[in-house]
Parts: sequence; C-alpha cells; structure tokens
Amino acid sequence: MSEHFKIVIVGSGPGGLSAAARAAEHGISHVLLEASPHLANTIHHYQKGKQVMAEPMRLPLRSSVNFGAGMRENILQTWHENIAGLSVNLRLNATVSTISGMRGAFQIGLLSGETITAEFVVLAIGVQGNIRKLGVHGEDLARVKYQLDDPDEFVNETIVVVGGGDAGVENALALSRHNRVILLNRQEEFSNCKEANFDLLMAAVTEGKIETRVSTRAERVEELTEGDFPLDFVVQTPQGLEQIKCHRIFARLGANPPRKLVESFGVLFPNKDLTSVPQLSEQYESNVPGLYIVGALAGYPLIKQAMNQGYEVIEYILGNPVEPADDGLLREKFADVHNIHSVSEGIALLRDNQPLLASLTTLQLREFILDSKVWVPHSGEIIFKRNDYSNSFFSILSGQVNIQVVGKGDVEVVFTLKAGDFFGEMGLLSGRRRSGTVVAGENCVLVETPRRSMLKLLSSATGVQRRLDEVSLKRIIRNYLDSSLSDSELEHLVQESQFKQYAVGEVLFNEGDKADGLYMIRRGSVTVSHLVAGKEVVLAYVSAGNYVGEMALVSNNPRSATVKAASPTEVVLLDAERVSAVLQRNSSIRGKIDGRYLERVRSTEAALSSGASGLVKFLMEQGVGEATDVLLIDYSRCVRCNNCEVACADVHDGTSRLNREAGPTYEQIHVPTSCRHCEHPHCMKDCPPDAIHRSVNGEVFIGDNCVGCGNCQNNCPYGVIQMAVKKPYRQRSVWEVIMGVNKVASPAPEESEQSGKKAVKCDMCKGIIAGAACVRACPTGAAMRVSPEVFMGQVL
Amino acid sequence: MSTMYRSNFLSFKNYRYFKLSALVMGIALLAYLWVEPAGGQAYGGTWLGYLLGILSTLIIFLLMWYGVHKRRTPKVMDRRQYDRSARRKQSPIPAGAEIPVRQRRAADRRKGISKTSWRFGGTLQGWLSSHVHLGISLIVLATLHAGFEFGWNVHTLSYVLMLLVIASGFYGLYAYMNFPRQITQNIGEDTLADMLLKIAELDELARIRALGLPDEVNLLVLDARQHTRVGGNFLQQLSGVQPHCPTAYAARQILNLGEKYIADDQPKLLRDLYAVLLHKEKLLIRARTEIMLKARLEFWLYLHVPLSIALLAALMTHVLAVFFYW
Repeated sequence: MSEHFKIVIVGSGPGGLSAAARAAEHGISHVLLEASPHLANTIHHYQKGKQVMAEPMRLPLRSSVNFGAGMRENILQTWHENIAGLSVNLRLNATVSTISGMRGAFQIGLLSGETITAEFVVLAIGVQGNIRKLGVHGEDLARVKYQLDDPDEFVNETIVVVGGGDAGVENALALSRHNRVILLNRQEEFSNCKEANFDLLMAAVTEGKIETRVSTRAERVEELTEGDFPLDFVVQTPQGLEQIKCHRIFARLGANPPRKLVESFGVLFPNKDLTSVPQLSEQYESNVPGLYIVGALAGYPLIKQAMNQGYEVIEYILGNPVEPADDGLLREKFADVHNIHSVSEGIALLRDNQPLLASLTTLQLREFILDSKVWVPHSGEIIFKRNDYSNSFFSILSGQVNIQVVGKGDVEVVFTLKAGDFFGEMGLLSGRRRSGTVVAGENCVLVETPRRSMLKLLSSATGVQRRLDEVSLKRIIRNYLDSSLSDSELEHLVQESQFKQYAVGEVLFNEGDKADGLYMIRRGSVTVSHLVAGKEVVLAYVSAGNYVGEMALVSNNPRSATVKAASPTEVVLLDAERVSAVLQRNSSIRGKIDGRYLERVRSTEAALSSGASGLVKFLMEQGVGEATDVLLIDYSRCVRCNNCEVACADVHDGTSRLNREAGPTYEQIHVPTSCRHCEHPHCMKDCPPDAIHRSVNGEVFIGDNCVGCGNCQNNCPYGVIQMAVKKPYRQRSVWEVIMGVNKVASPAPEESEQSGKKAVKCDMCKGIIAGAACVRACPTGAAMRVSPEVFMGQVL
Repeated sequence: MSTMYRSNFLSFKNYRYFKLSALVMGIALLAYLWVEPAGGQAYGGTWLGYLLGILSTLIIFLLMWYGVHKRRTPKVMDRRQYDRSARRKQSPIPAGAEIPVRQRRAADRRKGISKTSWRFGGTLQGWLSSHVHLGISLIVLATLHAGFEFGWNVHTLSYVLMLLVIASGFYGLYAYMNFPRQITQNIGEDTLADMLLKIAELDELARIRALGLPDEVNLLVLDARQHTRVGGNFLQQLSGVQPHCPTAYAARQILNLGEKYIADDQPKLLRDLYAVLLHKEKLLIRARTEIMLKARLEFWLYLHVPLSIALLAALMTHVLAVFFYW
C-alpha cells in the first residue's frame, strides 16, 4: 500500500520549500521530496560565506518562510528553523524518477522503488539537474566528492580528479598547488575545456605538477583501512586495469539537465531551444492537469520569485484567489497612464494592441511588463537619437511616434508608427548605433524593454521571434536599399528572402560562385577578400547596416570576391532574380547600387595597392571585427612610458583597466589588453544582477550593483576584465605635493581584504568630458581609440 | 608598413606650435634687425632685450611646467564633479530629456570645468608639441636677448645651460622619433621578462646536455651560464653588447671541439648543445638590444631634467643680478 498525500512537492529549493511551508500552514497533507541529503541543494553548494542576494529588490516577499539578503549559512539556518516550526513533512534522499497520472490521481515513483500517490504535484526542481556520479562501486564514499569548495583545504595529498571538462581541469589546477594531482579523462583528448584552461593544463603537465590518464574510466573505488592511502581507485586504462592509491577523489562529471526527466512526466516544451521553458497557465499549471511548475524550471531563476510562486501555487491549488505578489509593482508601472485603471486592463491592452506579443501567455506578459518601463512621453520628446548606442526595444501601446531617418542624398525622411507597432529592434539586434531619431507624437504610451529581457523573450517565445522577423525584414530592405521603395516592390522582394546566420570565419559566398542574391547584414560584420597569387588579400570590412554581394548582381558575372563573417553574423538574403527585376523597374535604386559598385571598384584598387591587408587580417583575428571602439597603440611612436596605464589607474580608483605590454603586435600596431566594447558584449551574457550596460555613447560599463561573481571575467574572450578592490590612497610625500602629483593608490591590499572584489573594466572614461585618460595622457599620440569601420577605412 | 595614420606630436594640429614658434622667432629677428642698425647694441639692457628676456623666461617656465603636468594625471575630483552634474535625477530637467548644451556648458563653467579648461590641460600630445617647438625657438630668442655678448659670468652660464638642455632635448627628439620603431622590430610580441625566462631555461637545458660530455665542454657551459651578462651598469646598458660574451665563446669553441671528440654518441650530444647555445646567443642579442634601446630612449632625461633645474637656478640668479646691478 503506497502512501497518499494531497500535495506532493518535488524539490526543496526556495520554491518547493515555500510551497511546503504554505501547505503545512494550511494543515494539508503534503510531503516535500528532496533528492539530495540536505535542504536546498543548490544554495547548500554555494561557496562558504557567500553573500546571497534578494533580487529584485522591489518585489515584496510573500511566503511562510523568511528570506532576506544575507550570508548563505544564515539563510539556510533560518529555513531549517522555519520548516521545523511549521512541521513541514520533509523527506531527504528521495529522488523522484517517474510521475504519471493527472489531477486527483498521481503516481510518483521514487528511485528507491517506493510509490507515492497524490492529488496534486508541484514540481520545483530547478535547472541545475542531478549531479552525475561516478556510477561505479564506492561512488558514495565520504572521500569521493562531487564538488570542490576550497582547494586550499587539502595539502600534501594524492588526489584524483575525474573529468576533462572545465570544472575538472580547473579543480585539478587549483589542487595541484599543494598536492599531487592525477587527472582522469574518459576521452582521448582534452577537447571539452576552454583553450585557456587547456594551455594551463599542458603547462602544468610539462612541469610535472599534474599527471593525466586519458581514455580512462572508473572501475571501482575501495576503502583501505591500512597503509598511507585511505582509497584504492581502480581504473580501466587502454593498457588495462590500474590501481591508483589516493587520499580523495573529486569527480566533476557535469549534471543531467532536468528537461528530459520533466518531459517524461508528460510536460510539453514549446521548442527544442535549450533555454525554453514549459508552457504554463497563469496559475503555474502545466499541460498535465494538476501538475504545477514553479521556480527556475518555470523560467524564474531568482530566489524571491520562486518563493512567492511556491506560496501562490498552494493557494491556487486550494482554489483561493490570490493577487500575485508582483501586482503592486505592475500597478506602479501603469500608474502614469490615465486610461489604464488596473493591471489586468493594462495587460489586456498590451495583448490586444500589440500583435507582436499576442502569442504570449498572461504570465509571460506580466514578466514582460515587470522588466519593462511604461513610458508616457510628452509630444515632441525625443525617445532616442540617431547614432545613440542605446539598445532597448519599444512597443507602442497607444498614440504614435515619428521616426526620422537619413534617406537618399542626405535628405531627412520621416515616417510614422502607430499603436501596435514596435521600434528599436535594429539597434537591439545589431548592437550598433541607432539608425534614426524617434520623436514622440500626441498621447503616446510606450513600453520600453531592456535588451536582456527582450533577448530572453525572443529565445523562449518563437511566436514573437517570427513576428519580429516578418516586420523587421521589410524595414531592413527599406532602410538598406531605398526608403522610397513601393509596397508592391517590397512584397515582391520579401518573398523568397531568408534570414541566415554565420559563425566567425564562415563563408557567405566564395569568389567565382554564381550570384545567389543580395546579402543585407543585420548583425555582425564581414570581410571581403580576394585571392592574389594564392594569398588572401582583404579588400574591405563591412559592418551591420550595409549590404554585400551587389557587384555580381550589377555586372551579371560570378562573384568577384570571397565574403567571410568577421564576427557572428546574421544576414537577410534577397533572391538575385527578384532584386534584378526590382532594379530594372526602379532607376533610382539602380543608380544607388551602381554608385556603390563604382565605389567598391575604387576601394578595391586602393586596398590592393595599400598593402594593409595583413594588418586588417591581424586585427580581425584579434576580434576587432566585433568591436565598436578599440584601443590601438602605434608602436612606432610609443616611447613605452606607460603613462596610459598610470592615467587609467588614476581615474579608476587605482586599478588600471589596461595592460599596455600584454597583447599581440602586428608590424607596428599593438593591441593592448583593453576592452573593445563589443557590439554584443560577451560580458553581458551571464550577469546575475544585470550590472553591465551600454551607455548612449557606446561605453560598456559595469555598474555599482556588481556582486563580484566573476562570470563576466570568464565570459570575456579578450581577458580585459579583472576582479579588483578599491585601493585606498596612500599619503603623498612632500615632494609629490610640491610637484602636484595626484593622490597615489597604495599597492594591492592583503589577501584578507580580497573579499570585496568587484569586476572592473575599461569604461572609456565615461563621465570625463575631456575623453579617455589613456589617450590624453599619451605624450606622443601613439595611443588611439578607434572604431573598426573608421580605422579600416583609413588603412584600406 | 610605415603609413602614418595620424599626425605625430611634431605635426600636431597641422603644425600649430611649429607655426607659433616660427612666428615668434620671425618677429624677434625682424625686431632685432630693425633696432640693431639704428641703435647700435641691442642686448638685455635695451627695451627690446628686456622684452625678449621676459618672453624667454616665460617660455622657460612653460616648458618646465610640462614636466610637472606630465606627471599629473586627470584629477579624480574633476570626474566626480562632472558625474554629479550629469546625473539627471538631481537636475530640474525632466528625466529622459537632453540637458541643453548651453545650459550644461554654463554649469560646467561655473564649476571651472570645460573641455578646453586649463585644468584638463588638453592632450599631453599637444603639450609635448608646444614643448618641442617653443623650446627650439628659445635658441633664437635667448641669443638675440644676449645680443651676441658672452663672457665668464652667471648670465652666460644660464645661456650655456639652456643650450645644453636644448641639446639634450634634441637628442630626446631623435630618440622618440626613431627608437620606438626599432624596439618593436627587435622584440616583436615578446617581453623582456619572457626572454630572460627562456634564457634561464636554455641554461638549464645546456647544463643537462653537457652532462654526458667531457669536462672541457662542461666548463665552457658553466662559464656561459655564470658570466653571461644582460644589462649591467649604465654604460653597459647603453652599449648593448658584452665584449667576449661567454655564451658566444662557448658556442664557437664547441664548433671547434666537434672534431676532437668523436666518441660513440658524443657528436649528437655536441650538436644538440651547440643548437641550444646558439639559440641562447640569439636571444641574448635581442634582450641586450631591448635594454640598449630602452636605455637610449630614456637616459637623456637624466641630463635634461637636472640641467633644466640648474638652468632655473642660474636664471633666477641672472634675473636678480640684473636687477641689483642695473
């Protein structure tokens, strides 16, 4: 006879914990199942003493369990006390393997073979997944660990690290400082780790600090009672079985993502995209009736959100109407709009008036508004200006806006967008300057969505992506080709056009190919090159907002050059025949393209004779192609005084954000290690407090709310972000005071003060009117900040 | 490739300071020629000499201020002030609106901040440009101020010191224009620290290779390891070579010894050792050249700066003396 509960809650993270506590408070029969041997596994595994944030700050907490920003230990302690006080029915080491049935009659199978029946199931398992274990005898021994908290805890031991991925390699490197380390890799090569880690590993192997065994699997782990080593690790190498006697084993084998498991419960996901979340009703119910999903798995990764949902989901199951905790926040968002009186009215207006968002669920719409700003500009107010670097996305809720773009012959063209339209998608997707100025009209209400939220939405909601592409396709054609293009011609071009994506170095088309169409670059940049005597000569660098491939169309010849992506690139490919037909009918567009053709012939000749192709190729290899503003040093003029570094440190709390000497050099052009302010900054990708932004002038900067997690440092392919503490200033000597030397930062603080580290990087001296300190402090004018288009234009 | 992408510090802002300096020199010369034939002597005691003296002194002060300015970087305080004024929340202008440029400039002016503000000091490149061009003009101005009259006195001492400072400055100009390029060509993407590390590794490698070889060879290798010098004292740094470099000697000797030891596996060991020593020698040459070029790029400042301070002292004495014994 299996046990029966009204509600089974799977996962004791913040969401599940809060749900169980609420159920206990109501006195409902429930059980909280946790696979690991402790409460809230993910948070339990946070680094010791980690400061846990309570973002979003403005969202009120509504839960039977307490939570506030604080140290990991204190938070876990509070939770333990809370659930004990509420007599939550918690069961540890209970891994759920199957869930079947539906509302009223669920059967939950545990790994132990037990079965539990329930009326409702709340799934709060997060996205971390289950850590993969060794899968052999002895995998659960105390000295076999799956997590390394503090590498300096172990000294003079023999330690086996299993796993050739980044986690394994990083752990092995950290442990090798004080221990003998053997690294086991199932594969023949260390191809799964980052190049930087691979280089460090190879250096450590050469120096004899780490031994490796490749193509090797774990066979079994035995505990030894006598001798110097407590463990005997038997492994299968290509040469046969080997016994490794060691003190401990760290296995870093990754985790099984939970999606497969969740799908096996009958839950549907909208698409194959790994980031997509299951479709849920407004009350967190999945397509399986009675199965509710909350927390990170439902797309809400923050602790407070998950806890609120845990509370709400129990109320929903009980049929109690609750206003979601974010209602107050949403009401505030709509406060400025006088014809919207309630949140639901606002949401309904957004859904009805904005075709782009029509496919979203109410839950997603709430999320959308929560991230966005509802803006009521007065008539004539500028929303953004041409050449601004802002990248938020705007939907027009009501009223209208006027967009001014520079058209043919530098004449300003104005067109109007009305309620239901959206704008700002080009800046969002290209990561480049705004192509037009937008001015608010009468009674205008706008929803401004920040880049990060919009990108998240685009990747999780295919409907939005499709609709956005449809509209932006036409805009791109008008904007790139000719704004006077008639609607019928536009329709004609849109058919058979397609979006295409290219990775760095991928070829759009080769020299000698038959012309397949016109490539309009929506995002990224490309290089145009030509083979001269078997050597690739770069002729041009073309960035987003322009097109390539017109030469072959105009001349009716095969492709005269090869075009390659210089950074991750997205293009709109217009069909060759349709473009030719349109050109034949429209002499003005034809004239424009002819002009471009002649210009390209001229620049090709110039590039062939300038001999700068090698330099351009070098800069592309350094990732300058995806930069918006890069610091270059003309070494033929640099007197190596390092004034640039000193000046940088002086205006940035004592830490220079550039390293003059590091970085590659080609002939006399040096690329120091310094931020390039990428179009699509890699550092922004995974910033938990969303602290990295791009200012209107293009500077990518890290805000004060940085929590020092180091994600951006790891994500930056150019190594320009450091973790630093603010350095106190030291006393100046009398001589320095007389000479007017500024306050000098004292040397790096001791290890003990390192805890307050935050990420720092070049911010192009944002806020200093006279400009970048490095460039101003260069006595010979060797240091220069340039955008790649301008620089390539000068050298080619 | 030697394309000059932008103006260098001599041609800064389309030779702005060259033009200024040429203008000043031209006017001074014309004035001198105009006064000289008519009034006979035109030295410091005449009104023209007096004017030229004041002008030269002011220029000298300006040039010396460059040295101070160069060591002063933008003030942190200036940035804070600007940040505050840029923060829109605290300004009466509604959020989202641009602060009108005029209004912003006025606010900045009140705080003493503007792009051309003396406190921001423009770019250092501009300062260096004026430093060089105006410094050169001093040759003409001071000579005319002296009216070609020289003697064994404090007045001529300041004049000579000034010429010495300018001469060292000319060397500095030459160094700045030429050595940076040579440094890059010599060192490429390496750094000196990397090369020294590599040299140490090669030393170790050579030691291991030599173990199986006769004592004679081991002695050579030991000598090459212990007595090879990179850098050294001031003159050694400037020269950029080590006469009788033990590494080069060892490499040559081993080539000669090759014929002597033809035991079983020794020729191969000897060849390997030779390759290592040769590699080290090449690295040594590059490291020494790096140090030499850096030294030649920088050493003149150790003359230029003390001499200019001496000049300042002499100049003060000169001015005082002139006032006392008018």
